[in-house]
Amino acid sequence: MQTFDLEAQGLRNLNAALQAQSKETNQTAWEVVNAKGSHAIAVGLDAPIEVNVKGSTGYYCAGMNKQATVHIHGSAGPGVAENMMSGTVIVEGDASQYAGATGRGGTLVIKGNASSRCGISMKGIDIIVHGNIGHMSAFMAQSGNLVVCGDAGDALGDSIYEARLFVRGSVKSLGADCIEKEMRPEHIEILKDLLERGECDAKPEEFKRYGSARKLYNFDIDNAY
Amino acid sequence: MCGIVGLFLKDTSLEPNLGRMLTEMLITMTDRGPDSAGIAIYGTEHKGKVKVTVQSDHPDRDFADLAKDMQQALGGEVTVRVNDTHAVIEIDVAWAAAGRTVLAEIRPDVRIMSTGETLEIYKEVGLPKNVAARFDISSMSGSHGIGHTRMATESAVTTMGAHPFNTGRDQCLVHNGSLSNHASLRRKLRKAGMHIETENDTEVGAAYVTWKMQNGASLGEALASTIDDLDGFFNFVVGTKDGFGVVRDPIACKPAVMAETDQYVAFASEYRAFVNLPGIDHARVWEPEPATVYFWSHDHAPTATEKAA
Repeated sequence: MQTFDLEAQGLRNLNAALQAQSKETNQTAWEVVNAKGSHAIAVGLDAPIEVNVKGSTGYYCAGMNKQATVHIHGSAGPGVAENMMSGTVIVEGDASQYAGATGRGGTLVIKGNASSRCGISMKGIDIIVHGNIGHMSAFMAQSGNLVVCGDAGDALGDSIYEARLFVRGSVKSLGADCIEKEMRPEHIEILKDLLERGECDAKPEEFKRYGSARKLYNFDIDNAY
Repeated sequence: MCGIVGLFLKDTSLEPNLGRMLTEMLITMTDRGPDSAGIAIYGTEHKGKVKVTVQSDHPDRDFADLAKDMQQALGGEVTVRVNDTHAVIEIDVAWAAAGRTVLAEIRPDVRIMSTGETLEIYKEVGLPKNVAARFDISSMSGSHGIGHTRMATESAVTTMGAHPFNTGRDQCLVHNGSLSNHASLRRKLRKAGMHIETENDTEVGAAYVTWKMQNGASLGEALASTIDDLDGFFNFVVGTKDGFGVVRDPIACKPAVMAETDQYVAFASEYRAFVNLPGIDHARVWEPEPATVYFWSHDHAPTATEKAA
């Protein structure tokens, strides 16, 4: 295993080393120590490696991730796993605002709570949150799945397109054009798989599904002013 | 952007380290706003006295005979402690208003940073490390303090545009964000008789809080009403003689994180400002909720009041 001391060796060297790994690398296990809330740790990775970050991270950890598994042993600052393409990002603690924003693929697991705007404009990423999420989450979410084992804040799924939202607890309020939808057997199957990937022991039957009423993004003369 | 740090000590044995801890926190936030910096320190109180912290661009000229000249005008004891471009004038609390009038007459170029029994505000243009060094903030002790590092968006980079702003005796306010209705609110507040010196948006926010309190609101109520009357983005941290408060606008896009242990409550724009605080690895760390007013006080139990947006 490669151990990288972020304080001693610096962020640019870390990201250059991680980004230099290829599909055939045999340096597949990395540990980053002295993270100390630094920004942009392990961004732009594109290799099947595992990076364990010890401590909490600042802005944009694991942004633009492809293939890699980034495991944060602490809490994550704003924009964790932003625009992720594939791979897995796991946050042991809480995540700050806009976790998984614009993500196109891969899996983001947050074992604590996520703050506001979780999954904003998500485009195919799967996000599994063990705790609660803040207001304006899944705003303009286009595709992918957001699973919340706790409660959701205000304006969940405002202006949502075709993402699926599963919430076990309460929803403080739904955003424009977001409605509760029937939980059919195929959704139970999808959710079962998501919960397994998120290492969650919640039962799929305990969740409600929310999604788009499809009244806002189709042309409707009544939406015009 | 702007960076805010705040530290409220529960463990009095840490008080001699307040200035050093706060300075370290503030320097970590430098890249959130490198153009000016300021620190409010709640330090030692001398019974029956009030501290007026002032700033001058010509400290040698303005501060040299300041104690003597004020003493002559007021007819009582005045002490002046000069610290670089700032000076702390200590006078009998009964002369607080008279002192300000006299100061304006005998030293028209001197600007008042703060008035309070324990509060002292130091702020200047420059990097946090340089501002903290010129006032030797690290050596200061106190029960709590607030620091700010500014990236100006709404008005000029000047000493008077730097934070914290003094909103009333022993009260100060810092801001991360930008207010979009500050021009109309400034006109309204000036009509109501409030003195607003600069074109700075935060000064309007501070004057608004002061105005609300002059009209009978508590500090908590004044902060809660910022959510209705101020338009724009804001995280406000306010200091009072016995504690500090935090409020975020309902959208809450400006970052805020808090940490609490048995020894302290800390606020920062980012977690990395906390990393050198004692026991941080075992602290409770969380983000304050939007549209909620939080208070920590040495005299009362902590409170969090949610205000419907």
